[in-house]
Amino acid sequence: MNEFAHLLDRLGYEPRRNAKLRLLQDYFARTPDPERGFALGAMTGSLSFREAKPALIRGLVEERIDPLLFRLSHNYVGDLAETTALIWPGASPAGGDGSPAGIGHNNPPPHVPSLAEVVNTLATIPKRELPAYLTQWLDALDETGRWALLKLVTGNLRVGVSARLAKTAVGALGGHGADEVEEVWHGLEPPFETLFAWVEGRGERPETLNPAPFRPPMLSHPIEEREDLDKLEPEAFSAEWKWDGIRVQLVGGRDREGVQVGKVYSRTGEDITGAFPDLAEAITFAGALDGELLILREGRVQSFNVLQQRLNRKAVTGKLLEEFPAHVRAYDLLASEGEDLRAEPFATRRDKLEQVVTQLDHARVDISPLVPFADWEALASARADPASVGAGDDADAIEGVMLKRLNSPYLPGRPKGPWWKWKREPHIVDAVMMYAQRGHGKRSSFYSDYTFGVWREAPEGGDELVPVGKAYHGFTDAELAKLDRYVRNHTTKRFGPVREVVHGREAGLVLEIAFEGVQRSTRHKSGVAMRFPRVSRIRWDKPSAEADRIDVLERILARGEKEIAPGRTLEEDA
Amino acid sequence: MSTRASDLLTLTREGLYCPLGKFHVDPTWPVERALITHGHADHARAGHGHVMATPETLRIMAVRYGEDFCGTSQEARLGEAIRVGDVTVRFVPAGHVLGSAQIVIEREGVRVVVSGDYKRAEDPTCLPFEVVPCDVFITEATFGLPVFTHPDTRGEVRKLLESHRLFPERTHIVGAYALGKAQRVMALLREEGWDRPIHLHGAMEKLTELYKREGIPLGETPKVVAAERKDLGGAIVICPPSSMQDLWSRKFPDPVTCFASGWMRVRARARQKGVELPMVISDHADWPDLCRTIRETGAGEVWVTHGQEDALVHWCGSVGIRAKPLHLLGYGDDGEAEPAASAEAAA
Repeated sequence: MNEFAHLLDRLGYEPRRNAKLRLLQDYFARTPDPERGFALGAMTGSLSFREAKPALIRGLVEERIDPLLFRLSHNYVGDLAETTALIWPGASPAGGDGSPAGIGHNNPPPHVPSLAEVVNTLATIPKRELPAYLTQWLDALDETGRWALLKLVTGNLRVGVSARLAKTAVGALGGHGADEVEEVWHGLEPPFETLFAWVEGRGERPETLNPAPFRPPMLSHPIEEREDLDKLEPEAFSAEWKWDGIRVQLVGGRDREGVQVGKVYSRTGEDITGAFPDLAEAITFAGALDGELLILREGRVQSFNVLQQRLNRKAVTGKLLEEFPAHVRAYDLLASEGEDLRAEPFATRRDKLEQVVTQLDHARVDISPLVPFADWEALASARADPASVGAGDDADAIEGVMLKRLNSPYLPGRPKGPWWKWKREPHIVDAVMMYAQRGHGKRSSFYSDYTFGVWREAPEGGDELVPVGKAYHGFTDAELAKLDRYVRNHTTKRFGPVREVVHGREAGLVLEIAFEGVQRSTRHKSGVAMRFPRVSRIRWDKPSAEADRIDVLERILARGEKEIAPGRTLEEDA
Repeated sequence: MSTRASDLLTLTREGLYCPLGKFHVDPTWPVERALITHGHADHARAGHGHVMATPETLRIMAVRYGEDFCGTSQEARLGEAIRVGDVTVRFVPAGHVLGSAQIVIEREGVRVVVSGDYKRAEDPTCLPFEVVPCDVFITEATFGLPVFTHPDTRGEVRKLLESHRLFPERTHIVGAYALGKAQRVMALLREEGWDRPIHLHGAMEKLTELYKREGIPLGETPKVVAAERKDLGGAIVICPPSSMQDLWSRKFPDPVTCFASGWMRVRARARQKGVELPMVISDHADWPDLCRTIRETGAGEVWVTHGQEDALVHWCGSVGIRAKPLHLLGYGDDGEAEPAASAEAAA
């Protein structure tokens, strides 16, 4: 457990992906089964056991520590698990700290539990025995071990590692890609001994017993400029709308008893069936559909903002299902009736998809229509105005077009060439830099994260800047160096890692911010939040007093985004 | 009339003052007569009329402020009783940094100990703390919360070497205060078998040379040449905390930011500073050692100069020792301090 805890501790501080990968690989290579398998389970969220409530932890620690000292410490540290881990009177020499002495000299050293032991015990013991076990483990572990244990048992083990990255590290033990691991993943359980045996060349590829397995999705590359299209032949491609929802896979099949199983997976392979019972009941077929999860009301696709209101809810209630009915707009077919179709060309898969969706005949699943076009100019105008080429009322929910090469097989990952996404032009607003914060990893010495604001009427009269978002990309390294210098030379206040930079009517730096949309937000002072804001230009030339006002964002909200003509700024459009 | 503790020590605007000896201890303003516990800038300031300190502390002050850092100076040898005014003073090792001392003030059997900053943990670069039984013990409380239990320093240095094993091509930049911590980290690295050069930021150079002259072996410690930073992949570099991830550190190949400080015990602190490899190495007593030391002195009364006073005062009360916070300003200045001088104070 201590080893695993130290890995988590190190991962938590490490911002670089490749360095995380190396730490994980090193751990998996050095740690025996089944310990590493439970570690993999913890990092991929595959463990299940009874969680402990924070009140239980607090109770245990307050039996051992003066309550005032504990409170002062908790206020200082800020995190219950961490405070408890640090303050627990463990094996460290029992000082005159007013707490019961830890371990007597004549006792044998306490048994340090493995992660496997902890997980197995938690899964089997009755609730009333939990405090005694926790106490015993806390006494035996070191400070980092206690911290990881408490995070684990309270269900708060956020490790800064995605399930995907952990799988990548496992695959790399034997030169297998993450997608190969994904293929066999569903149906495996902690401690994943057959998986490790396979990647290390000691065993067979695990048979997937899951009748409805996830298949890693195929992703696209962006078209940045209109000119990029001229290198491609229009007749080799098919086009469809790019929907503003979330990518999902609907997979159905029969288990060994012949019972139909339906699964909904996110694009990362997370099983989200539980959150979408309304979709799961539509999976009466045997096969795998790739498509976009959308909320439809009266046949009309709702904005991402609406979808998010459903995604954000933990409890799936009847009311939620009724108010936010989920649909899938299918655009690919990966398997059907036990046959893997991924090697087939897109055109063939598309034909079969149309048959499958027609046969399914379910109100929750429809097909993403093709967008006819003769040449790139025609596609450009369709992209600019989807409503004019048949998108109708759904035009608001379209964020661009997808191009798929007709003869391309379905390749997991992001191969360059077969699939392209061509997004609509973003919205643009001129905002003033208000605060800057240091970045992470390679950018940790640079002020690279900028909070920016726009003008609004102050309650006490006059104008004030109100923060509306934060951006940390969109500029080149050379521009970053200039921005960093600007921040250092225009700092007015410091709050830890954050600097306030000069901002007012007379002085301030204007950043042109590109973004995909606006949502209402109760968390932001301004009441609005932007989607995917990034710096599109640095307006060294523009006086801060001429930056935009909050009204332009309010208008986007009010208009449901649809009246902004692509390629034009809000000012021109207004 | 017999002597009371308050005749031996009281508080003025400049800090702790001995009325019967007519001297200050570690004053934060220039005064006529000062006794200095150790060379950190928040305790040892320039511009006093007369300074008494250990020979090492006087030499440290001369390196930092120049030979004319005070009017006149007097060496206090460890353990030697010295008459100052109507009191006797004695300097006793405090275990904090090279030359650091507690100052014992006595008259007619009443004894007050000003411990300055101190620690009980082992340190190859200075003499260990000695317990002096006393009536009134003046303590710091930099890490005066029970969450601060400093781990074994060897384990912390091994974390650094382990990271170097895993990332042998990256520069490991270790932030450490220029006086004491930096040299302690160097000495610990040598003990753990690191025999390659330890590269130093320019701000570390003079004090490190002084440590070597005082007979502390630190091995080869070349100064980093600005133009050669890009070639130092795989090196271990020590710099002041303020340079750890600023303009200066950018030119190293894919650096790992390490920070040797007691504050690294708390994750939020490490994160806030963008540290990737926190090393919990402190030159201050941790909570168990603060409590243990207070008990061992047998003092009936404890004054807490600076740090987390509330918790320590509360604990003293719970074990029947009278205690009061002094809220001394100017010690342990811990901000995101850019000038090395103030950053070094809180270690």
